[in-house]
Amino acid sequence: METQTGRTGDNVSLPRRAWSIRRHALRMGEVQGQGYIGQALGVADVLAVSYFHAMTYCAHDPEWEGRDRFYLSIGHYAIALYAALIEAGILPEDEIETYGMDDSRMPMSGMAAYTPGMEITGGSLGHGLGIAVGAALGLKRKKNPAFVYNMLSDGELGEGSTWEAVMSAVQWKLDNLIAVVDFNNQQADGPTREALATAPGTEAAKWAAFGWYAQEVDGNDLDAVVAAFDAARNHPDPCPRVIICNTLMCKGVPFLETRDKTHFIRVEADEWAKALAHLDEEMPQ
Amino acid sequence: MIPAHSRRKDKYTPRSVPEEKLATSAMIASLDAEGREAISAPFGHALVDMAKTREDIVGLSADLSKYTDLHVFAEAHPDRFYQMGMAEALLMSAAAGLAREGFVPFATTYAVFAARRAYDFIAMAIAEENLPVKICCALPGLTTGYGPSHQATEDLAIMRGMPNLTVIDPCDAVEIDQATRVIADTPGPVYMRLLRGKVPNVLGEYGYRFELGKAKVIRDGTDVLFISSGFMTMRALDAAVALAADGVSCAVLHSPTIKPLDAETIVAEAQKGGRLVVTAENHSITGGLGEAVAGALMRAGAHVPFRQIALPDEFLDAGALPTLHDQYGLSVSSITARVKNWLEG
Repeated sequence: METQTGRTGDNVSLPRRAWSIRRHALRMGEVQGQGYIGQALGVADVLAVSYFHAMTYCAHDPEWEGRDRFYLSIGHYAIALYAALIEAGILPEDEIETYGMDDSRMPMSGMAAYTPGMEITGGSLGHGLGIAVGAALGLKRKKNPAFVYNMLSDGELGEGSTWEAVMSAVQWKLDNLIAVVDFNNQQADGPTREALATAPGTEAAKWAAFGWYAQEVDGNDLDAVVAAFDAARNHPDPCPRVIICNTLMCKGVPFLETRDKTHFIRVEADEWAKALAHLDEEMPQ
Repeated sequence: MIPAHSRRKDKYTPRSVPEEKLATSAMIASLDAEGREAISAPFGHALVDMAKTREDIVGLSADLSKYTDLHVFAEAHPDRFYQMGMAEALLMSAAAGLAREGFVPFATTYAVFAARRAYDFIAMAIAEENLPVKICCALPGLTTGYGPSHQATEDLAIMRGMPNLTVIDPCDAVEIDQATRVIADTPGPVYMRLLRGKVPNVLGEYGYRFELGKAKVIRDGTDVLFISSGFMTMRALDAAVALAADGVSCAVLHSPTIKPLDAETIVAEAQKGGRLVVTAENHSITGGLGEAVAGALMRAGAHVPFRQIALPDEFLDAGALPTLHDQYGLSVSSITARVKNWLEG
């Protein structure tokens, strides 16, 4: 079985992978004229590290038993994960044209039944980490050394169920569980930091206090993200791991980066092409 | 303005203490007190037995293993028991995760907590993906005197609304034993109501065999057709005996699978003319077996005389269980009185 991971080495750089993920996402946004593009652009670097440095998987067999599991709680980030799955060769690139359409395998919110490589049905927030706890327990029962990654959002830290899972993962010493929090400080009604009392710089300490091996990084600094994933995988203690990734919504497209931030960034019809043109000028090696 | 019924404390009138005290905490006392043979922890023992040959069976509880009989499994297979703590959302999510990895998780808590608190997690983590999680819950309907916090009077209504979910309301120890084995072998998610502790053996003498999705005639009769589930089938059987003494002939059609309902058998039995159809359930009158049966009859064009024995659409009182069963119409004497009244009317 041919497996795939950034660690086994290919000639495509991580900046180029992140660039491609952004580009695929923008093309999907252009197809529908909408989408959670702000989140996709913001988290592209973290996804590039996940799929092209950290994880082991088999592109032509997304349910291969030996794969690392990637659970996306945040269903509306589907556009970002589809872009990563396309870049990883799990989804064909030409399906970009079907994004969000009737009968597409890529609906606007991520669902396990629709999309190869989409492991769980997200969208109802606060579910992913609990499911990941169960899967991590299951993998240990099977003596399967794979990791379970759960990508969740800062807004999901408001859900009580997330903290039920946080406590249980420590109880069960789930060192095969890696939570990846995309902290872009933006939830549906406004800044996350203005919703449920969370001060900058306190997040990692909060998880650490529960017993997690916690790191906080600039989620748009590829080298820092790589180092954090390596440290999370290799940490010797029998405890779950979390990486708080502070990201900038719309990262990589300057005229969107500076736009007033909202949960659902408004992009005018002609701006998709402009954004793509900007990316194309800055294609990394 | 808080409605008057919520302010029971304002309306208290002291009562004399009865000579024979009824214990509020005797959760299935009234079921036990009928002089029937009782079997201990049928769910737990059936699961232990199944697990001998089924390595994929695991058990999870949210701090209620002792009160759902899952502790029997936990003692027999400590390495396959997962204590998830007092965290029902996690209980369901983690069960889903274990199911994703190929296991058949039995997740236990009280019916109130599964139905009310964990619904979204059952819906999206388990049922939407049709995962084989078996949710087995104690204290269904009115089987505790603790009051509304513990009385799952609307669990069937809630669970019936969930696509993909099989819903079972077994009658007694025999049926719990059989149904536990059947659902372990059945794909997809299941919600099953549990009677726990010492559970009466009622159906054994009838040579009954549980089949998923099948309603079965336990007793035949010509004047009344009871269609019942859960422990109300034992009440209907007792009522049938009592009514026979008064010359009223009652059939009992036991329908433990609430969803998918055995509409074919129910309609066929109801259309055997001349019988008053009486549904009997340990559940609110809203959204349970009775309304499921009514819907099936209406859809089939079976316009038969129809009555419902069920709990009222209210938050129920606290108290001793036998008192409450009398008060809310689940006792045998209450059933027989109403049936006679309906037949005379």
